[in-house]
Parts: sequence; C-alpha cells; structure tokens
Amino acid sequence: MNPEPANNFMEIKIASKSENVSFARVVISAFLAKLDPTLDELNDVKTAVSEAFTNAVIHGYDDADTGNEFVWIKAEISDRTLRLQMRDEGMGIDDINQVREPMYTSKPGLERSGMGFTIIENFMDELTIDSSVGSGTTLTMVKHFAPITQPATLGT
Amino acid sequence: MKVALDIHRANTALVVRVEGELDHHTSANVREMIDEELSKERPEVLVLNLAKLNFMDSSGLGVILGRYKAVSESGGQLVLCSLTKPVAKLLEMSGLFKILHIYEDELSALRACEVAS
Repeated sequence: MNPEPANNFMEIKIASKSENVSFARVVISAFLAKLDPTLDELNDVKTAVSEAFTNAVIHGYDDADTGNEFVWIKAEISDRTLRLQMRDEGMGIDDINQVREPMYTSKPGLERSGMGFTIIENFMDELTIDSSVGSGTTLTMVKHFAPITQPATLGT
Repeated sequence: MKVALDIHRANTALVVRVEGELDHHTSANVREMIDEELSKERPEVLVLNLAKLNFMDSSGLGVILGRYKAVSESGGQLVLCSLTKPVAKLLEMSGLFKILHIYEDELSALRACEVAS
C-alpha cells in the first residue's frame, strides 16, 4: 500500500494562560499524529510549541490574564512538511537579534534560562520571527518529517 | 496536577523524583516544593531523579539551574540521574551537561556522593 500524501490544516485561538502551554502541546501532537512522526520528531515539535507559547504568555503579554490575551496557532501539513505559525498580539520584540542570543533573557528574576529561541531553532528546521514593538509577534516554524519506511516483509 | 514530586532523604542527600511534565506552569510548584524542603534542612547533595519526567522545556532548565545555584551557594552539590533521551538532549543544548554531575541511576548517584563525602 502506498502511503498517501498527508495534507491538513488547522487554526486555533487559545487563551494566553500558563496552564494552556500543555494544552498547546496536546493540540499539536494530535494534529501531527496522522504523519506518524518518530518520538524524537514529535518531542522536538512539542518542545518548540511549548517554548513559543510560553514566550507569548510571559513576554508577549507579560503574564497578564484579563481574558483579552490570546495565542493563535495555525498549522499546515503538506506531504511530510509541517508549517507552524504562532502569533500573539502582545507587546512585540524590540531587538530580535538580541532575543535570539542563547541565554539572553529579559526576565532574569524569573529564573528563565533564556534558551527558548535557541531550542526552537535547534528543534525545528526553520524559524522566522516577525515582530515590532506594540504590534505583537508571529513565529513561523517549519519542520520536515522523515519519510515513512515501509516495514520489510519477512521472507517465507 | 501534571507534575508530582516524590521526596525523601538518604543520609545527607535529599532525593527528589520528578514525575510528569516540567514546563512554565508546573515549574512554579516544583520550585516552591524543592525550596521548601531545602530550607528545612540543607542537604549536602540534592539528587534530581528524572526517570519519570515525560516532558521538559526550558522552564525546567531554569528550575534546575536555579536549584543548582541555591545548593551550590550553601556548599552543596546538585546531581541529576536517570535522564531520558529528550531531557539529555535539552541539557546538552543548554551547556548544563558540562557543569552538572549526571548519573545513570539513583543508586550510582548516591554511591558517588557518599564516596565523595
């Protein structure tokens, strides 16, 4: 049986709350299930999503929870490629190069490791950051999943 | 709760087994629980057993780093044991692999510390 090319799309709006970080991971895991990813691939994407969502909560919205803070997740699968976009309408990033520096954090008092973007860049194949102060932030991430190998048929 | 801690003392060591997920949401609780335990009686060694840690992101790195600083400041040692592959990958990426003592399992971690003290 030939594997069918998988094409799929979803868009979801989630309240920006720390308890929803795990929910975002569950959502992306469920969406990726049909691709039959390896455990490593799945973990890579879950972690990237976790980092990105957390950034929106802590930095984008500065931990505000008035009921008006949301994170939008848009995901598209085309064959074995995932294109994932996470957007917030929070405060935006002033210096994008600075935030991409490993271990840079604007919240040292919170025991943040400053590794969020480094992790996303390592775990995903591509990362684009679109942001400006006062206009929110959109992260676009791409990951290519390994092809499914057909199980070897045992000889008789 | 998506995270649970199993805490016990073994001689001068404080052993904390973390079960579940360590992300921004669960980190706050974990941090508090460990700090509370550390303040009761300063251990010579804090052993973090991560065998049952299903998920960790950089918030977990922050908790580990924070506890490393706290324990080091009072002359103690932080050791990790039983890392799963994804957790090890994260620790390696952060450079924490170089500064932390990491063991295969809890027994070897405790043994190594007893030998040291």
